[in-house]
Amino acid sequence: MSTKRFALAALLAGATFLTAVSVEARTLRWARSQDATTLDPHSGNTGPNHVMGHNIYEPLVLRAFDGKLQGALATEWRVLPDDPSTWEFKLRPNVKFHNGNAFTADDVVFSLKRAMQPAADMKSLLVSVEDVTKVDDLTVRIKTKGPNALLVNNLTNMFIMDKEWSEQNNATQVQDLKSKTENFATRNAMGTGPFQLVSREPDQRTVMRRFENYWGRDAVQNDITEIVYRPIPEAATRVAALLSGEVDWVQDLPPQDIERLRTAQGVRVNTGPENRPIFLGMNVGVPELRSSDVKGKNPFADVRVRQAVNGAINRDAIQRVVMRGQSQPAGMIASPLVNGYTKELDTPPKYDVAAARKMIADAGYPNGFSTTLHCTNDRYVNDEGICQAVVGMLGQIGIKATLVAQSLRVHFPAIQRGEYDFYLLGWGIPTFDSHYVFNDLYRTKTSSAGTWNGTGFSDPELDKKIDSLNSEVDLAKRNATIAEIWKQVQASNVYAPIHNQFIAYGMRSDFDIPVDVENTPKVRFIESRRS
Amino acid sequence: MHAPVPAPAAPPKGRLARFLDSDLFYSFRTSPMAILAGTVAALMTLAALLAGLLAPQNAFDPAALNLMDGYTKPLEQGLGSQGLFVLGADAQGRDILSAILFGSRLSLVVGVASVAFSLVLGVGLGLLAGYVGGRIEALIMRIADIQLSFPAILIALLVFGVARGLIPPHRHEEMAVVVLIIAIGLSNWAQYARTVRASTLVEKNKDYVQAARLLGISPLPVMLKHLLPNVAGPVLVIATINLALAIIEEATLSYLGVGVPATQPSLGTLIRFGQQYLFSGEWWILLFPALALVLLALSINLLGDWLRDALNPKLR
Repeated sequence: MSTKRFALAALLAGATFLTAVSVEARTLRWARSQDATTLDPHSGNTGPNHVMGHNIYEPLVLRAFDGKLQGALATEWRVLPDDPSTWEFKLRPNVKFHNGNAFTADDVVFSLKRAMQPAADMKSLLVSVEDVTKVDDLTVRIKTKGPNALLVNNLTNMFIMDKEWSEQNNATQVQDLKSKTENFATRNAMGTGPFQLVSREPDQRTVMRRFENYWGRDAVQNDITEIVYRPIPEAATRVAALLSGEVDWVQDLPPQDIERLRTAQGVRVNTGPENRPIFLGMNVGVPELRSSDVKGKNPFADVRVRQAVNGAINRDAIQRVVMRGQSQPAGMIASPLVNGYTKELDTPPKYDVAAARKMIADAGYPNGFSTTLHCTNDRYVNDEGICQAVVGMLGQIGIKATLVAQSLRVHFPAIQRGEYDFYLLGWGIPTFDSHYVFNDLYRTKTSSAGTWNGTGFSDPELDKKIDSLNSEVDLAKRNATIAEIWKQVQASNVYAPIHNQFIAYGMRSDFDIPVDVENTPKVRFIESRRS
Repeated sequence: MHAPVPAPAAPPKGRLARFLDSDLFYSFRTSPMAILAGTVAALMTLAALLAGLLAPQNAFDPAALNLMDGYTKPLEQGLGSQGLFVLGADAQGRDILSAILFGSRLSLVVGVASVAFSLVLGVGLGLLAGYVGGRIEALIMRIADIQLSFPAILIALLVFGVARGLIPPHRHEEMAVVVLIIAIGLSNWAQYARTVRASTLVEKNKDYVQAARLLGISPLPVMLKHLLPNVAGPVLVIATINLALAIIEEATLSYLGVGVPATQPSLGTLIRFGQQYLFSGEWWILLFPALALVLLALSINLLGDWLRDALNPKLR
C-alpha cells in the first residue's frame, strides 16, 4: 500500500512539475509511417533519413518550405571568376556543434569527402567533384571535373558532421546500408542543427531537444523545445493517434481520411503536390528473371513487353480510386518542378489493354509469364494499394505477378543490390534537375553512379551524354542534351511511371505546417500558431 | 407347455439408423443450440467449399477485379463492371461477398489441415510418451510443458519466421499456406499429447492391453489398434474446439500481415484491409468479413462445447 501511495505522490509531484515548466516547453509529437533507416547522414539518400537529418544536422545550403535555395552553413557561394570548375563557399562564422566544438572548414572538407566514400549513398550527388580543399577556417573550395554550374543544388541534403567527434568515435567510415554493419553515427549524431539528439530507439521513438546555442535561434518562428518522433506503420493507428491528441503531427495522412479529418474538431489538414514521381522498374539486365516461369530468357529485356506493361496500367483509375484524387498521373520520372520536364513527355502512355495484349504476344509470350512485384508498404502514399492494383491490371494482359510488399528497410537495399525483377520506387528530386534522375536511375551502375538503378539498364553512349551534363556550362546546350536523353530513355520504357503523389499533413490545429514540396519539412521553419 | 417363443431378433440396423438412434444424436436433436450452431457451421462450410460456383467473382484472381469498382457501397452497382455488389467492394474493387466465400474457404482449409497436423503429431507423441514412459516420456512432456507456457500465436509467429528464412524468397508465395498450416499445427500439438498421455497411462495397465502384450504383439500395433480407439474420445472434443481456435489463429496471423499473400485474402487479411477504412466511413470492408469470422468461429466452438458435454458420462 505504502509503495503505491508513494508512487502516486511521485506521479502528482511530477505532474505539477511538468505543468510548471510547460510555459517554457513545447513538444512536437511527430508521427510517420516509417523511421529513418540510420542517423548516419551520408549513408542513405532517402527522404525519411533526410527529414530526420535536417533537425540535427545542417547542409551548406538548403531549401525552405517553398523550395527556394537559401544559405545554411554557407553564407555565400560562387564559381571562381578565373576558374569555372571551382566553387568557393564562405562559411558561417560562430557556429557551434552540439558538443561545443566550433564549426570550421575542416568539418566541411571531412564531411564532403566522407559522403564521397564508396559505401556512401550520397556519393551520387557528388560525382562531379574532384576535390574539396580548405582555404582558411571559413572558406572552402570544391573543385569539379570540368565546370559544373549547378553543383550548389546538389548540396541541399549534404549534411556536415563534426570531424573531431567522428574521429573520436570511430565514425569516419560511412555505414554501408547494403550490408548489415553499423557505426557510432548510426545511433548517435553530432551536428550544428537546431535540435540535438537526446535518445534514439530505431523504429520506436527518437527524442530531440532544442539546441540552445543554435546560430539561427533568432530566426526560428516557433517555441518548440522538444521533438518526439514516432514511427507508426498502421495508417489507421496513426490517424487515431492524431484524433485522440496522442500526436501533434502526422506527416503522411492516408488519402481516404483527408475528407473526414478536414471536418474533425481540433485537427488541421494541409495537402499539396510533392516533387516525387512513383514508378515501376523492370529488370532488363539479368539473362533470366529469378521469379518467372519463363526460363532461359528475360521477358523484360524485350522493349515490347515493357511497352505492354506501360500500356496496361490504368493510371486514371489508380488516381481516382487508390489515391482518391491525391496524385497526378505521369508519363515521365520528373515532376513539373524539375528542369527538363515537358508536358508532352509527361503525358501518360495510352491505356489500351488490347494493344498491350497484342504487343506481349508479338514479343513471343501469347500466354503471358509470371514474375514477382516487390513493393514497399510503409514508404509512399498507398504504395501497397498501388501495387495490388497493378497486379490486377497486368493480370489482364497475362502477366501473373505475385505481390511481395515489405518495409523499405528490406526493399531499398535489395533494389540497390539489383536483386529484384520488378519493383516499385519513388524518386524525390532535391536538385530540381533531370541529371539527378538520369544519373541515379538510368546510368549504368558503377561504384559512383547509377546507385538506384536496379533495372540493370545500361547504355554506354547514353552514359556519356549523362556525364557531359556535369560539366556543360552553356545552359541552352545542356538543356538540349537533357531533352535528347529524355527522348531516349522514354523510348526505352525501362520504367513505368505511375504518378506524382500529393502528400497530406494532418496536425493538431495549434500547429500550421505547410506541405513541403520535397517532403523534407524542417521544423525550424514552422511558424507558431499558439493561441 | 411351450417354450417361450423368443422374440424375433430385430433386423440389423444400417449405420445411419444406428447413428440416428444413438445417444449422441439424441443429445444433438434435443439441444437447440447445437442444431443452430451445426446448421450455421454446415451452411458456411458448404458455401465456402462451393465458393468457385457461388461467388459472383473470383476474389483470388487480381485480373478479375476492376479497380473502378473500388469502394462500391453495399447493394450498389460498381462504376467499372456495372455488377451488383451485395456486400459492397473493397479498395481494389473486390466483391466483399466473394472475398468472404473465398476467404472462409482458405480459413477452413488452413484450420482443418493444421488441426489434422497437430492431431497426428500430438496423439502420436502422447501415445509414445504414455506407453513407453521413461526418458522419452520425460523429454516429450517437458517440451510440451515449455510450449504450453508460450501463447500459441507466439510459437506460430516463430515457426513462420524460421520457415520463411529457410524457403527461398521467390517460393514464399506458393508455400505460404503450407507454412501457415505447419506453423499453426506446431503451436497446438501439446494439448493433444497431454490428454492422450494421461488416458494412455490409465489404459495401458488394463487387462486387454496386458493380454495383447502377452500374446507377443509388438508395441506399435498395440498402441495403434488397441490403445488409440480407447483414448480417442476426448481428443475429438479438443480437435473441434481447436478448429475454431486455429481459424482465429490464422486470422490473427493474417491480420498481423504474416499469413497468406494480400492477393489471396483470408478473413483475417480482409479485416486488416478493412481496418484502414474505418475513419473514412467505408465500414462494410471491415464489418462483413469480421461478422463472417465471428459466425464461423462461434458456431464451431458451440458445436465443440456441445460435443464435450454429450460425450461426458458424468453429465448424462
